[in-house]
Amino acid sequence: MNNLLKDLRQGIRDLCARFPAPYWRTLDHERQYPDAFVKAMTDAGYLAALIPEEYGGSGLGITEASVILEEVNRAGGNAAACHAQMYTMGTVLRHGSAQQKQWLLPAVARGELRLQAFGVTEPDAGSDTTHLTTTATRQEGGYVIRGQKIFISRVQHSDYLLLLARTTPIAEVTRRSQGLSVFLVNLHDALGHGLTVTPIDTMMNHETNALFFDEVWVPAENLIGQEGEGFRYILDGMNAERILIAGECIGDGEFFIEAATHYANDRVVFDRPIGKNQGVQFPIARAYAQIRAADLMRFEAARRFDQDQSCGEEANLAKLLAADASWEAANVAVQVHGGYGFAAEYDIERKFRETRLFQVAPISTNLILAFVAEHVLGLPRSY
Amino acid sequence: MKILVTVKQVPDTATKIQIRADGQGIQEDGIKWVINPYDEFAIEEALRIKEKQGGEVVIVALGPSRVEEAVRQSLAMGADRAVVISTDAAVDPAAAATALAAVCGEEGFDLILTGKQAVDDDSAQVGPMIAANLGLPQVTVVLKLEVDEAGHRLRAERELEGATEIVELPYPAVVTAQRGLNEPRYPTLPNIMKAKKKEVRRVSMDSLSLALDPRVTVNRLFAPPERPEPTILSGEPEETAKELVRLLHSEAKVL
Repeated sequence: MNNLLKDLRQGIRDLCARFPAPYWRTLDHERQYPDAFVKAMTDAGYLAALIPEEYGGSGLGITEASVILEEVNRAGGNAAACHAQMYTMGTVLRHGSAQQKQWLLPAVARGELRLQAFGVTEPDAGSDTTHLTTTATRQEGGYVIRGQKIFISRVQHSDYLLLLARTTPIAEVTRRSQGLSVFLVNLHDALGHGLTVTPIDTMMNHETNALFFDEVWVPAENLIGQEGEGFRYILDGMNAERILIAGECIGDGEFFIEAATHYANDRVVFDRPIGKNQGVQFPIARAYAQIRAADLMRFEAARRFDQDQSCGEEANLAKLLAADASWEAANVAVQVHGGYGFAAEYDIERKFRETRLFQVAPISTNLILAFVAEHVLGLPRSY
Repeated sequence: MKILVTVKQVPDTATKIQIRADGQGIQEDGIKWVINPYDEFAIEEALRIKEKQGGEVVIVALGPSRVEEAVRQSLAMGADRAVVISTDAAVDPAAAATALAAVCGEEGFDLILTGKQAVDDDSAQVGPMIAANLGLPQVTVVLKLEVDEAGHRLRAERELEGATEIVELPYPAVVTAQRGLNEPRYPTLPNIMKAKKKEVRRVSMDSLSLALDPRVTVNRLFAPPERPEPTILSGEPEETAKELVRLLHSEAKVL
């Protein structure tokens, strides 16, 4: 293992040691945002890992960033509270103007500007992104946004929202992926000026919301790149996101396997540790094998990404395999812990709820299978 | 103020230790190595003094090539550079202190900080022996340290059983750190990156031409005996109390 990854892992472990399980358990119970943890991650520079050095970040690759997120989840935390601050800026970095990058990226790197909300999903357009109906209508000096978004995370802990909206009606474009545009929406300006944010209660401690845009004004200088090209810009960031999320899944899987192994060694029933039973130890061993296999695919995808090679297949496979492996490990951990798997103080049930999300978001497992079938294997499009 | 911090790499306290087949050491394969936790307090204190008063913090470590990891982590905390005395040999406290003192003396310093002991062999000798080797005043097991640059003196609070002793001494001196002196920082990402570029000077232990004949040799390590199964008394309290007294008196012979 290279020294930098080793040092990163140790650094994150040292930081996470200040935020032990009771910290996360209490937040989960109270449905609170991990402000102190996010501040520590920000101040220690980890959330600026992917921002180039010229803009005040560390200029690291997806490999390193995915290891950072992995270690947070491995330590029992939940990186989802702040992972998007790491990569949402990528759209601005790749497609923004020099001026946009100059004012935005250093502020994101310092943590003064939180850009960790990403508005794509709509009530009637989830995975079917190009059918989204939120519109941005050109007017003198800017755009007027109308429509709604759902499951938009971390809006209450963001200063800006990266928004995908339709600028040309679907009837007027030749391909439905055309006519979509990306905007930076200043949430402080928009709130009370057409934007309503309604929190959605979910089964885990994850701040997510429904957004209603009733003529929200966005100045023209907040358009990212060219009008109508937004879908391509968003797709560009997807592979990075897949690989980072795979890292979190692997971290969860490691958490579950370490917890299950520890418990199976310690817990004595019928005068012997339960881990002595093959019925207990084999599922842990199998889950471990699956995590390791997914880990290899994660590193392969990250290597290709960092070397500017095409990585759509590997990034999607890494996310699929890692999410499946973490879910399998979660189930094994609950089973090994028996009743205690359901008791909050063992943290298994909390992590179980958290890792379940990865089967659905940020991309559903079925859509990855559809991608692999169609684009990797050449099977007919199934949807 | 130029501060040297001597750092030892030790097995993580959470690691399960296995004794080597020859019984003279531990199996090193698969062990997670960390900076000796007491040395972390010393590093943190050195960094705080530097942040307040300026100067330089230099790490001095000794051991095989694996100690470079502890050195890199010390640099990632914020130390400026490092000197590593490389040796694959097993080194007893006197030899370690002699070699460290030689390198410290050559490096020059205002203050040497280190942990009060290392958590592997717990000998707690190296700090005091460095001071003896260099003919310096020393204060050990320190919980609070103040540096008076104008008066060129240190004021240290050290832990005694049930009391705190306050010691004033001139520096250069050797100070060993106790848990509670401070809370060591964790490295930031930019400092992890910078650590890779900081100077690490390697000195071979052999090149120091010191007489390092060991004063302590390890003949055999063995694990503490397994605890016998506990005896659990059951029955009426009056009976079990009597039986307990009998056992404590005639079996355990503590009464």
